[in-house]
Amino acid sequence: MAFESLSDFLAMGGHAPYVWTAWGLTAALLVGSVLHARAERRQLLRELKRRARRERQAPRNTDIEEGA
Amino acid sequence: MWAFIHKLGSPKWFYGISARLMPWFWAAATLLILAGTIWGLAFAPADYQQGNSFRIIYVHVPAAFLAQSIFVGMASAGLVFMVWKIKVADMAAAVMAPLGAAMTFVALFSGGVWGIPTWGTWWIWDARLTSMLILLFLYVGVIALRGAFASRDSGSRAASVLAMVGVINIPIIKYSVDWWYTLHQPASFTITSRPTMPLEMWAPLLMMVLGFYCFFIALTLMRTRNEILRRESGKRWVQALAEESV
Repeated sequence: MAFESLSDFLAMGGHAPYVWTAWGLTAALLVGSVLHARAERRQLLRELKRRARRERQAPRNTDIEEGA
Repeated sequence: MWAFIHKLGSPKWFYGISARLMPWFWAAATLLILAGTIWGLAFAPADYQQGNSFRIIYVHVPAAFLAQSIFVGMASAGLVFMVWKIKVADMAAAVMAPLGAAMTFVALFSGGVWGIPTWGTWWIWDARLTSMLILLFLYVGVIALRGAFASRDSGSRAASVLAMVGVINIPIIKYSVDWWYTLHQPASFTITSRPTMPLEMWAPLLMMVLGFYCFFIALTLMRTRNEILRRESGKRWVQALAEESV
């Protein structure tokens, strides 16, 4: 352990503002990109399901997508 | 070989194989980053010159590595897309760009914050800093260009071309510290030579670097899968998949 106590650790030997800003931004961006990807996936699946439901109710009259 | 490339290029096959690979990369990324963070922040000894501000290295260096590697990855995916017309490669290139831009920003920002106590300035027009800023602009350019066309295919081609041309900046970033030796220190970490730092300092750095790479791979797989759902939403297998999912 390079520090004596928790407050010593948080103070970073007087470099707290620098160390914690740099680490904070990095952590926020990493966590943020995971949350974004998860929300994106959920939303896409919801949309696909809504679309499937719509197509079950009204039989499709356009079969353009089928050819691909 | 050709059969393999085309199999790899099939969105359906990629969607399946990536689902099996992704958990391993997430697990490795989480473990390596957590261990590297605890070791780097609390246990590594303070630098005898810089004190504790040197702990910024554990986010600065991995982010800077990723920023450059992602650009090379994006340009390679662009090349694969242009030569073999493999759609998955273009989807991967599309999802890599924002993470690459974010990592470039982290490298620049953490470097600036580190520079204040160390160099007495957050920015100078040093070759390394300037070439990294150009990298950020290249990422922004690639993202903007992709969205600037009415047809998706034109946007994909334009973004691929800019990425392939922009990759010339990568060796410039790498050698900038040797060609124009100004303020930024040369590499403290190379594959070919022994580290100049003690083990307790470089081991957590190595963990963070590997952890960031695993994170990049996991996130790219995840978002490429999202992109497949978006672009292939008309395909029967995608619709079947949506119906069975919760």
